[in-house]
Amino acid sequence: MTTTGTGPSVPSGRGSRALGNRAVLVSSASTVLFFAVIAVIVVLAPGSEVVAERFFSPPHLWQSLVGSESEPSVLGAFLLNVKIFTVSEVFILILALVIAVVRGIPGPVFFPFRLLAVAYTDLFRGVPLILVLYMIGFGVPGLGLGFVSYLPDVTYGIIALVLVYSAYVAEVYRAGIESVHESQNAAARSLGLTRWQSLRFVVLPQAIRRVIPPLLNDFIGLQKDTALVSVLGSIEAARAAQIYSASEFNYASYVVAAFLFVLITIPLARFTDRLIARDKRRREAGGLA
Amino acid sequence: MRERVVLIGLLFAVLLLVGCGGPSEESGSTDSCDMDNPPLYEEGGLTVATDRPAYPPWFKGDPQDYSGYEGDIAREIAQRMNLPLKWVVEPFNKSYAPGAKDFDFDINEITITPEREEAVDFSDGYFNNAQGVLVMKDSQAADAKSVSDLKDLTIGAQVGTTALDFINETVKPTTDPKVYDTTNDAKSALESGQIDALVTDLVTTVYLSDFEIEGSTVVGKYPRNEQFGMLFEQGNSLVDCVNQVLGEMKSDGTLKRLQQKHLQQYLDVPTLKK
Repeated sequence: MTTTGTGPSVPSGRGSRALGNRAVLVSSASTVLFFAVIAVIVVLAPGSEVVAERFFSPPHLWQSLVGSESEPSVLGAFLLNVKIFTVSEVFILILALVIAVVRGIPGPVFFPFRLLAVAYTDLFRGVPLILVLYMIGFGVPGLGLGFVSYLPDVTYGIIALVLVYSAYVAEVYRAGIESVHESQNAAARSLGLTRWQSLRFVVLPQAIRRVIPPLLNDFIGLQKDTALVSVLGSIEAARAAQIYSASEFNYASYVVAAFLFVLITIPLARFTDRLIARDKRRREAGGLA
Repeated sequence: MRERVVLIGLLFAVLLLVGCGGPSEESGSTDSCDMDNPPLYEEGGLTVATDRPAYPPWFKGDPQDYSGYEGDIAREIAQRMNLPLKWVVEPFNKSYAPGAKDFDFDINEITITPEREEAVDFSDGYFNNAQGVLVMKDSQAADAKSVSDLKDLTIGAQVGTTALDFINETVKPTTDPKVYDTTNDAKSALESGQIDALVTDLVTTVYLSDFEIEGSTVVGKYPRNEQFGMLFEQGNSLVDCVNQVLGEMKSDGTLKRLQQKHLQQYLDVPTLKK
């Protein structure tokens, strides 16, 4: 941290200002040169014109973004991704918390429940998402089991995402719960709170706050994995891009889809950074975080 | 000290690269093809690509030595050019990627369209394609007689096919069409009732109905003036040789004979009204 930051931790001693200026200069020069190298490599490549036309041609970028009579709009299809990850995330946060809590219940009576929770996380963290999608999305409708087999394919996609991601997120919750010192629980119990009250009002609030950054990290992963739901038939952004690409023999649509995904993950990534920084400040301040 | 090394290194990299000169000229010469000395991907043999799995009746038999309609066309072309034939695998999505191709031509039920010709070259057409509509016998969709009867159905197709164009441009269904990675996925969706109708090229439709999906029926075909062509790298003059051979195969009746042998049983389907 040799920037011109005015935080109290930076000593304002001899030449710190000059040092700051120099750092800015060096970082600018380094940045310019770094990107110049990349630009020159790309421009000088023998196929650069073809690649520019096939991946970055403005008419193709625009046409795939807005769509046409025969091709779906990538932007319009992206709304389905947004819908899928928003709905899934709500269910994931709930189901995963249930699994994590069940896994932590003490006592021999609850052994089968703990066993189930462990088996669940082991299974669904191990199986690739696309296989779960196939099994749920093509298997369940094939059973012919009343309404369960006649749900829309997007619903099966959401179910598969929730099943897989809950296993990951449950582990994140568990790490948070285990990071809360046992004395917190003991203190709560000595104040007369029941086991459940202690969990609800003392342990979980601390645990969840600590794991918000990794939770958001998994949420970003989920956003991208919504693209896999297209194997079940519905047209989301990546599929719309593929359709455009196959019909026009041009890859610009993929660039558009990638851009939309990045566009939506960047704000969340910055938000996560801020939360982590805030958490760090609090801990360094020495207070109860 | 270390940062100075990095900066100087970057600077040298730029100078070095600029020194290497600009982009090399495209070898886009469009000389006509010399039949005695055709431009080949691999010296002394014709390298022909198709996707895998390859579906009958377009391809049959051993992937090293395909027969079937398209398999036999490639074989006949190689024979008439006095060249040994070698099959390679090329996924459809990669066949139009920029850069040099790993084959002489790709034959894979690819429809010729003006948009696609911006990126690749096609041979003359070797088959007039129509779209076929497949439904389950016990569903309401089985009574469809015209394109407008399909409007309220959930229709599925394989990604990258012109079947999707037919659905979007001609049928214009009220429900968004479903799109699948492979014909197999679309088949599962039809069998389990996720979609009411499946649109593929006519030959594949009838093949699925006859051999793959029990209890299904073809309600009709819809010709849309589409032709299948062989796909070449843009500017490859070999396309002239192949077109010359294909022309001979058309005029001496070979192509017609191959079509009768492999495809006739799949083409006799009523045409859907508008």
